[in-house]
Amino acid sequence: MIASTATHPAAPGTDADGVLEVRDLAKYFAKGDQDLVALREFSITVRPGQFLVLLGRSGCGKSTLLNLMAGLTRPTAGQILYRGTAMSGPSTEIGYLTQHDTLMPWRDVTRNVEMPRELRGEGKKSRRKEAQRLIELVGLKGFEHHFPRELSGGMRRRASLARMLASDPETLLLDEPFGALDAQLRTELQGELLRLWQGTGRTVVFVTHDIEEALLLADRVVVLGPVGSVLLDVDVDLNRPRDPDEVRVDSRFVALHKSLSAALKEGAR
Amino acid sequence: MNAVTTADAGAAGLGAAGPLQVQADRGFRAKHGRTTIVWAWRVGLLVALVAVWQVLSGPVLDPQYVSSPQGIWERLAGWTADGTLWTNTWITIQEIVLGFLLGAGAGAVLAYLIAPIRVVWAILDPYVMALYAIPKVALAPLFIVWFGIGTDMKVLLAAVSVFFLVFINTAAGVHQVDSALIDAVRLMNGSRRDIALKVVLPASMTGLLTGLRVSIPYALIGAVIGELVASNRGLGFLISDSSAKFDTDGVFATLLVLSIIAMVLNGLVGLIDARTSRWKPLDA
Ligand SMILES: Nc1ncnc2c1ncn2[C@@H]1O[C@H](COP(=O)(O)OP(=O)(O)O)[C@@H](O)[C@H]1O
Ligand SMILES: [Mg+2]
Repeated sequence: MIASTATHPAAPGTDADGVLEVRDLAKYFAKGDQDLVALREFSITVRPGQFLVLLGRSGCGKSTLLNLMAGLTRPTAGQILYRGTAMSGPSTEIGYLTQHDTLMPWRDVTRNVEMPRELRGEGKKSRRKEAQRLIELVGLKGFEHHFPRELSGGMRRRASLARMLASDPETLLLDEPFGALDAQLRTELQGELLRLWQGTGRTVVFVTHDIEEALLLADRVVVLGPVGSVLLDVDVDLNRPRDPDEVRVDSRFVALHKSLSAALKEGAR
Repeated sequence: MNAVTTADAGAAGLGAAGPLQVQADRGFRAKHGRTTIVWAWRVGLLVALVAVWQVLSGPVLDPQYVSSPQGIWERLAGWTADGTLWTNTWITIQEIVLGFLLGAGAGAVLAYLIAPIRVVWAILDPYVMALYAIPKVALAPLFIVWFGIGTDMKVLLAAVSVFFLVFINTAAGVHQVDSALIDAVRLMNGSRRDIALKVVLPASMTGLLTGLRVSIPYALIGAVIGELVASNRGLGFLISDSSAKFDTDGVFATLLVLSIIAMVLNGLVGLIDARTSRWKPLDA
């Protein structure tokens, strides 16, 4: 199943170096008289078409960072450039799958998935058709008219994924998308995601706390420590497709696994 | 229970797609057994109570004070024959319905206008709560001065009780809207209008419906209290008039009619509940 979406070449006249450029980003949350520092002096450049995995333990500011990248929240300091221009709010070019499900509980699967196109003003017939295609893509055929509460956690995740894809974003931000799923389903959806990404020119920023998942998916892994400090930034030069069972015994995989694991431990101290 | 497999619903797309859905072949007992038992007991209890009441009234209970099923029945028959029952019931029903529509409409509209603006709500909140806490009976004398003793005053008394319940519950519904859902619409580049119509409105619907649900009996209470305080028509008037004449049968007969109206209204509440329960709790 290869996504029918056309490739998204870098817009002319922009900095071809990075789709997303994050410079000296900081985010504080007011907490009484004090500020809680969630993120500090964070910089990164995400290259077009790159599959970047942000790896970090919980509480290190990963979700905060993605909220900022998606334009949902404003940074306390620093800036984010998307294709060379400073972000001023959410954009349909960026799809964001948040850590927690945000399906509308009063809409069934179809009406949830078609929602981005509905808001865009697309006609009912064509948006229904596209919704149906995406629902089948994520394996929810037969559940079009189920409401979110009638679905399992994994099915809701897949419906959310379909909804995100409905706006046909060129950059995907995914916050621990498969964290709560069973291993089997996880592997399937990882494969699906790779198919959605490969050959489309899409850029992916994928957040996880799972080293193996990072190595299975990434072009590049950035290990985050407390308040978004970069502990390690490595390119993953494993050949694709990476078979989950075979790649585990690859010596480069083992070496990378070791260094990532060490970096995570380093950050914990 | 026999289960007949009709389709392996989860087979499409990725594996382990979801639960298997099968046709259930349940008999009458499995489907309706409990309901039947409950209804049988309800009817039985009522019949037993009426029978005991009838047998005891006279020898043990003084019908002057507690009436008797037979007396009530005769009074209802008499009132039905001369039209008293229907004219007065109809007046009370009109007051209830009008009061409910007026109060609920005003409450819902004002809540949607005011609740989304946090500052305004924060300013008004204590006053709303103070007004809400006033027993609505206490307003009756004032309403008589303002609106006279006609039906207007009863309608408004019912409306005021309904208004606060709908207003407060709808506002709570608006305030409880999950901000993550609003963010989801922002991510789709939705406008403020989209947020209002496609998130806040449906999300707060449970609050509004709760308000409607809990306020229905208060419409009845408001109308009847208005009639009790000052009136020459309606079921409340029938009660005060009958008791003034020491006509206990008349009082009980009217109370019976009021109970029946209350039961019908509760039935409507049940319909509202059924309407909302399918999507209401996510992860609840
Ligand atoms: N809205 C918020 N208000 C206050 N503190 C927050 C908020 N969001 C996140 N934080 C804090 O910021 C830190 C990083 O959170 P988060 O980005 O969710 O971490 P992660 O996603 O890596 O687990 C945590 O200490 C968390 O308590
Ligand atoms: Mg997180």
